[in-house]
Amino acid sequence: MPVGDQAPQSAPILDVHDVTVAYHHKPVLWDVDLTLREPHLVGIIGPNGAGKSTLLKAILGLVPLASGTVSIFGQPLATQRKLIGYVPQRESVDWDFPISVIDTVLLGTYGRLGWFRRPGRAERERAQQCLEQVGLADFARRQIGQLSGGQQQRVFLARALAQDAQIYFMDEPMAGVDAATERVIFELLQTLHAAGRTVFVVHHDLRTVRDYFDYVVLLNLRLVASGPTDVVFTPEKLQAAYGGRLPILDAAAEALRTQEAGHAHL
Amino acid sequence: MLTYNTLIVLVGTSLLGASAGLVGSFAVLRRRSLTGDALAHAALPGLCLAFLVVGERSLPAMLFGAFLSGLAGIGCISALRRWTRIKEDTAIGIILSVFFGAGIVLSRCIQNLSVSGSKAGLDSYILGKTAGMIFQDVVLIAGLAAFCLAVLLLFYKEFRVVAFDPSFARVQGWPAASLDLLLMTLIAVAVVIGLPAVGVVLMASLLILPGASARFWTDELDRLLVLATIFGLLTGAVGTLISTRYSLLPAGPIIVLTGTAWFLISLFFAPRRGAIARWMLARRVHSRLGQNKLLNLLHDLSEPSWPGESAWTIEDLSSRKSWRPGQLKHLLQQAVIWGLVEFSGTGRYRLTADGWQKSAELARNQRMWELILTEHAEWSGCLANLEHTGVQECVPPEFYLQLDRELRERARYPKVLVQEK
Repeated sequence: MPVGDQAPQSAPILDVHDVTVAYHHKPVLWDVDLTLREPHLVGIIGPNGAGKSTLLKAILGLVPLASGTVSIFGQPLATQRKLIGYVPQRESVDWDFPISVIDTVLLGTYGRLGWFRRPGRAERERAQQCLEQVGLADFARRQIGQLSGGQQQRVFLARALAQDAQIYFMDEPMAGVDAATERVIFELLQTLHAAGRTVFVVHHDLRTVRDYFDYVVLLNLRLVASGPTDVVFTPEKLQAAYGGRLPILDAAAEALRTQEAGHAHL
Repeated sequence: MLTYNTLIVLVGTSLLGASAGLVGSFAVLRRRSLTGDALAHAALPGLCLAFLVVGERSLPAMLFGAFLSGLAGIGCISALRRWTRIKEDTAIGIILSVFFGAGIVLSRCIQNLSVSGSKAGLDSYILGKTAGMIFQDVVLIAGLAAFCLAVLLLFYKEFRVVAFDPSFARVQGWPAASLDLLLMTLIAVAVVIGLPAVGVVLMASLLILPGASARFWTDELDRLLVLATIFGLLTGAVGTLISTRYSLLPAGPIIVLTGTAWFLISLFFAPRRGAIARWMLARRVHSRLGQNKLLNLLHDLSEPSWPGESAWTIEDLSSRKSWRPGQLKHLLQQAVIWGLVEFSGTGRYRLTADGWQKSAELARNQRMWELILTEHAEWSGCLANLEHTGVQECVPPEFYLQLDRELRERARYPKVLVQEK
């Protein structure tokens, strides 16, 4: 899979340097440094209010940076937008908007079309394929509000697939979805990984971190740790990220134990 | 009869209704309806200032002044929202009333100070006046309406993505703020076209009503825009015709009331999204749930003696579940009509063959849900779909087979269906 034509091979996929974000003088993300050189499935985890979504939005230029820089394949974000796919939180849009499922997926192709060009047959076929990939081919003509929550999440995934990106950013795609949708997402992540794509996922369920991600970014306002899941997803580092919030920590430790038991069986 | 003057006014109001409906739809979808209202009110001081500067009633100059001060009002709202902690609705309220107040003061000053002031007819810009419309005005309106249409066609794709999901649009690289500004400019143009006819106070309804009405009739953006344009055009035309027929009635308010009438018709009578259609749907769902409840009850009571006969009186049934007065009787009559239940004489009811089949399938579905909730809680997310579909459509096939097996193992499988497969 070719990686951004204009980028030298040595440039890291994503380089976040010294990023701080503040809302009304209150910092919500401090001095985050993060460099990713190889394609990975990256789970961004941390307690509530740790700045997980904010980190995603800072990388994507959706919130102003108080300081720091972000580069994608060695270039600033503005020149690399065609390499980026985005799955926002489901609650961020009005699902009563007059738009059909297929037209929503079609929005994903707009970035490559550029100004004024309308999507044609090639884009429509691509959108239909993406819809099939998330198992919603039969729902193409429905208005998006008629879908269940999980199906709506899958529409957003299909739209991101239609962006045909190198790096995907997903904001809590597995929050409040049904098991069928979670499975579709899991398989999609595997497919994207096999194709050499990088996926950043804001994730809240510590029990499934080991199953989904081979790389973990552990946040709590600042970067606690980042690296391969085996190295970072440890009780000590989780303790450092989640601090004294014992119930959560116990749940995490419990999750780790069952996971390890599970892995031992394999 | 249509006189030349009436025809001029008719064309003018139709065109302004159409363009307000078209660009107003986007304001409604982008949740900027109130911003449109603020913009219309904020146009008044600019109109007056332009009159003071030019020194005579010149429609293009005054409309240009209105356009500028309308945009200035929008600029103030964005600035308040962005640089202070004032929320958007508060900012809109402040700007709307401040600009409108200043406009009223200015217009009174003009009328008091100068002789020509009384000829400016500034009052007509507050509530609108169509009678004075002349051919040149209509040409101006037509030109501006064509401009709005052209810009919307050109930027249709960009407006659509920004209106639906602004942050996604920004990640794709669309300048959402600039496109919003362009949209606001178009709304300002539409407001300016409409000012002389309906005035600053009522302009907002001309922006909002056609789009809000059109939403009831379609789920597609392109059709919504076409419908809103047509609704706006007809609102302007019909309103004008009514007000000319009864010459004492002011055109602006009549046009707005015409739009409101159509909105109310849409609100109640539109298929699927209209209030009546939704009420009927709710009733259907309600009646189906009641029917299912009755069949489930009959099944649970009759299953132990199956394949033997069992029949139940109304008292048997009414004592075991809570029903609204008359509901049970109505449901039983319905079930008899549908051939699911039959009268067995001596005041008793029993399931027919069809009724057994249907009720057993319902029972199987019900018991599978119970199993999911007690034993497989991780699948309970599927419950969201309970209202419309059965378990089989909600879970993967292999899990469905597992549930099927578990029900049989626990002897909870409906007896009527055990022989199947």
